[in-house]
Amino acid sequence: MALKDSIAWYHFSAPKNFYPLAGKVIPWFWGLTIALLLVGLYLSFFVAPTDYKQGESYRIIYIHVPAAWMSMLIYLVMAIYAIIGLAWKVRLADMMASALAPTGAMFTFLALWTGAFWGKPTWGTYWVWDARLTSELILLFLYIGFISLQSAIDDPRRAAKASGLLAIVGVINLPIIYFSVQWWNTLHQGASVSPTMAPKMATIMLTTMLIMTFAFWMYTIVIVLMRVRRIILERERQTSWVMELFGAEASGEKDEKGERK
Amino acid sequence: MKTRHKRMAFILVGLAGLSVAAWLVLNALNSNLALYISPTDVLAGDAPKDQTFRLGGLVVEDSLRREDDGLTVHFEVTDSANTIPVTFTGILPDLFEEGQGVVAQGKMQGGVFAASEVLAKHDENYMPAEVADMLEEGEKLKQQYGQPEEAASMPQTP
Repeated sequence: MALKDSIAWYHFSAPKNFYPLAGKVIPWFWGLTIALLLVGLYLSFFVAPTDYKQGESYRIIYIHVPAAWMSMLIYLVMAIYAIIGLAWKVRLADMMASALAPTGAMFTFLALWTGAFWGKPTWGTYWVWDARLTSELILLFLYIGFISLQSAIDDPRRAAKASGLLAIVGVINLPIIYFSVQWWNTLHQGASVSPTMAPKMATIMLTTMLIMTFAFWMYTIVIVLMRVRRIILERERQTSWVMELFGAEASGEKDEKGERK
Repeated sequence: MKTRHKRMAFILVGLAGLSVAAWLVLNALNSNLALYISPTDVLAGDAPKDQTFRLGGLVVEDSLRREDDGLTVHFEVTDSANTIPVTFTGILPDLFEEGQGVVAQGKMQGGVFAASEVLAKHDENYMPAEVADMLEEGEKLKQQYGQPEEAASMPQTP
């Protein structure tokens, strides 16, 4: 069993084999994304009750919190891929890390942006330099740094090495974001939902938030798989399988690199 | 030891070292990372003299007074050990309420904190209005029948 698994693992770590697999599962994840998003948005706007203190403005929580969670989760996954890429020299892992970064940056921006629009009516300010907000802003800079470092270096292998190192170093920021509201006094409130405590929100509110989180999660999978397929084609364009895929004019002419992996 | 295991170990040791460094830096910066200072710390002299800082705590119940101009307000901020009177001219945020968290920016003038900005700090509880009403009813009933009160919810103070 273990042997069979490891064969599948190795099989699909080759970009050539992963490319068609990703293409096959993308429609399914699209379906999940749309279904969850429709249910989640319906619950957010029409079913979830008005909050006793914040009134309707709290509803932004259904975008803000899932976006903030995804921004951290995506960074963690990106760093794990960076470690696999650096330690095991798996090219697909490097490609996955680069594919994750723009979506992670997008969710980080979304969390900061919706947070600002939530902060104005509730706290009375768009922005304050407290530990939670500042560390989330640093996360956005880490994503931007990762993306720019990668596009600044032409050779994909060296680019993956440099940006992978940045991604791994930046992991330090994740516990700082998560625990900032416990470690220091902040304007941002503490966690309503945590693994160790009973949730501090009504069940229907929590359910809605979790459905929206899964919707964002599935969306991330769809977009990242689409992006990694494009990256695979770009970086493997010299190989024979990509040329064959496009019925290449280069028929007969076999690239040596095509034999690698 | 294979090369890839060496690289893995190198990454993990590097991460561990970085974590320790980050922990030391954050510890050293601890007081600078706090957004606000509690009334107890202010009275103990931990607040910068003649300089702007942020004061945080709970607004004392029944302490809010409005002047005739309609804009200047007086209230008291407590961390349940010590209390500091605050004065502020301007519009208070919607969620400003007695018994709720507040973060005010300003200076000490005499024994009074003159605030230039007041922000409301809300908590992490979300519930429908009906549930909140029911909880309040329940609390009243409890007090009427003199049942032992549960541990009063203390404000989160550093």
